[in-house]
Amino acid sequence: MQGRVLTKILGCFWLVCSGLSYSGNAEQGAKVFQACQSCHAIGAGADHLVGPHLNNLFGRVAGSLDNFNYSAGLRAAGANGMSWDAEHLDAYIENPIALVRETSMRFAGLASAEDRNNLIAFLRANSVGPSDIPESLPTSIPRDPDVDPQILAITGDPEYGEYLASECMTCHQSDGADRGIPSIVGWPTKQFVIVMHAYKSTARPNPVMQMIAANLADEDIAALAAYFEKQQ
Amino acid sequence: MDRRSFLKGTAAGVALASSAPAVVGSAKPRVVVIGGGAGGATAARYLAKDSKGALDVVLIEPTRTYYTCFFSNLYIGGYRDFASIGHTYGKLASDYGIAVVHDWATGIDRDKKTVALASGTQIGYDRVIVAPGIDFKYETTPGYSAEASGKMPHAWKGGSQTQLLKAQLEAMRPGGTFVMLAPPNPYRCPPGPYERVAMAAHLLSQKNPTAKIIVLDPKEKFSKQGLFQEGWTKYYGDMVEWIPASMYGAIKAINADTMTIETELDTFKADVANVIPGQRAGHIASSAGLTNASGFCPIVPASMQSQMDPNVYVLGDSTIAGDMPKSGYSANSQAKVAAMVVRAELTGSRAFPAKFSNTCWSLVATDDGVKVGAGYEATAEKIASTGGFISKNGESAELRKQTYEESIGWYNGITSDMFG
Repeated sequence: MQGRVLTKILGCFWLVCSGLSYSGNAEQGAKVFQACQSCHAIGAGADHLVGPHLNNLFGRVAGSLDNFNYSAGLRAAGANGMSWDAEHLDAYIENPIALVRETSMRFAGLASAEDRNNLIAFLRANSVGPSDIPESLPTSIPRDPDVDPQILAITGDPEYGEYLASECMTCHQSDGADRGIPSIVGWPTKQFVIVMHAYKSTARPNPVMQMIAANLADEDIAALAAYFEKQQ
Repeated sequence: MDRRSFLKGTAAGVALASSAPAVVGSAKPRVVVIGGGAGGATAARYLAKDSKGALDVVLIEPTRTYYTCFFSNLYIGGYRDFASIGHTYGKLASDYGIAVVHDWATGIDRDKKTVALASGTQIGYDRVIVAPGIDFKYETTPGYSAEASGKMPHAWKGGSQTQLLKAQLEAMRPGGTFVMLAPPNPYRCPPGPYERVAMAAHLLSQKNPTAKIIVLDPKEKFSKQGLFQEGWTKYYGDMVEWIPASMYGAIKAINADTMTIETELDTFKADVANVIPGQRAGHIASSAGLTNASGFCPIVPASMQSQMDPNVYVLGDSTIAGDMPKSGYSANSQAKVAAMVVRAELTGSRAFPAKFSNTCWSLVATDDGVKVGAGYEATAEKIASTGGFISKNGESAELRKQTYEESIGWYNGITSDMFG
């Protein structure tokens, strides 16, 4: 059902954008997007997380959304006229720092051309404008469960967080390197808390993180979030 | 001698004098850390980093390049080169101001609060953190000795022993037999012997496919047994034969000259032999009176403080850490607790409840990683597990590859956490 809807949307694009060939499969791209969703939201109601939301990305001037704190590199690229089309997205997703050297997107790159094609198709499917996108589409991406607002409202103790963070640094690197294990520095506190509670509730699957989160109280998670938000 | 007689040199090194007149040194409290592995290096780094110059931190480690035991099996399997598991102490000195002393600690005088070095120097301390790793109980391997390890490597401490074992495996005659004598409990890195079997099998299946691997095991079961046995068969067919003590009886004699391991069942003739003896705390821990009858060091679960002396902390493989296994990850986890407590005691910084965790990743074959882990809490009696996990048999290739990739991320993370 979803596949058919997507095919329809993509079909419209092919008609509109005749001359350009998009071979990607947006449904497959939604799966590829799982690697992006720690930092980027997409679909109805999407807001900025660690990275900017990716609705209506096609045609967006790089680094141009008002209420997101972009790296100097992306702002400069936008000022120099770069906007997001399939070609630029393909290069950026393959190797972010090769296209924008001073980007703060800590993603090693996606080597598979097929995955990139599918991902770009998915991003295009979310660029039609919210009114044209059925609300059911983004639900193909697993979402973190909602966290009780009272838990989100806890003010973390960053000094305690610094001690607790030492446990994280056994695996996660303080300089943001992310080979095999993602970077956790510089995350907005809300996103950090939501993700840790998703591990605690086992909504997120990694057993190492479930084990770590299981031993963290709500105050501990708030403290960690307060500490890591300030790390670069 | 007191700590004032210890001459601290530049950040890049340290001048030590044992007979020179006492010189007024820094009035800062001093923490001496013995051993620069996953426990000691981590503790030194966190003490120096978090105290921001309020503590004198001295790290005593004999080797200038530390080869990690963890991932040394991947070197044997051909997945890592030797240099990639070697680490130096330069950043701990230059970036954190730690006085790194490359010498052997030969004794601790707990009354005078001094550590003696092989060079004759005495270093005073306010707190000493003892993290010497393991030594061997050769009585568990009759006929085997430090000397015999030149022919039958234990390869259970990273470095030249690891290189020797790999070279022997590579040079083994076609169709030869590699015999491993696995260690009895408790020992460093519970899944390690069995990951090593997988890595040796990987190496041999490429270069010497008719070779055989025999594992003699004093234990009837072992860590990640189902996962390893599944992987051995899946990837290496019938190359690996695991024989527990209930089948071979007891080890009667090990002879490095004839390359034989005699048991009650049979005499096993090896082309390459890896003999891993039973283990106890590093020698300095027992000589300092920090061990009990088990050969390991009892600690206070909430702090890693020695039960024998409140000015002494013990980390890692030397300790009796309750439910925590002896692993680099465990030692690194314990080090942060001890560093936090010691810093609080000496500088008045805030103390927090202890948090411990451990995960052990193992590689079974190319892109096939497995893991086991648990979280822990300090109870009055011991460091107690709060729950754990283990990889499952028959997981997808994609998940196993992710697990392997994760292990590489962990290696990079923990070595940065140890060495800066």
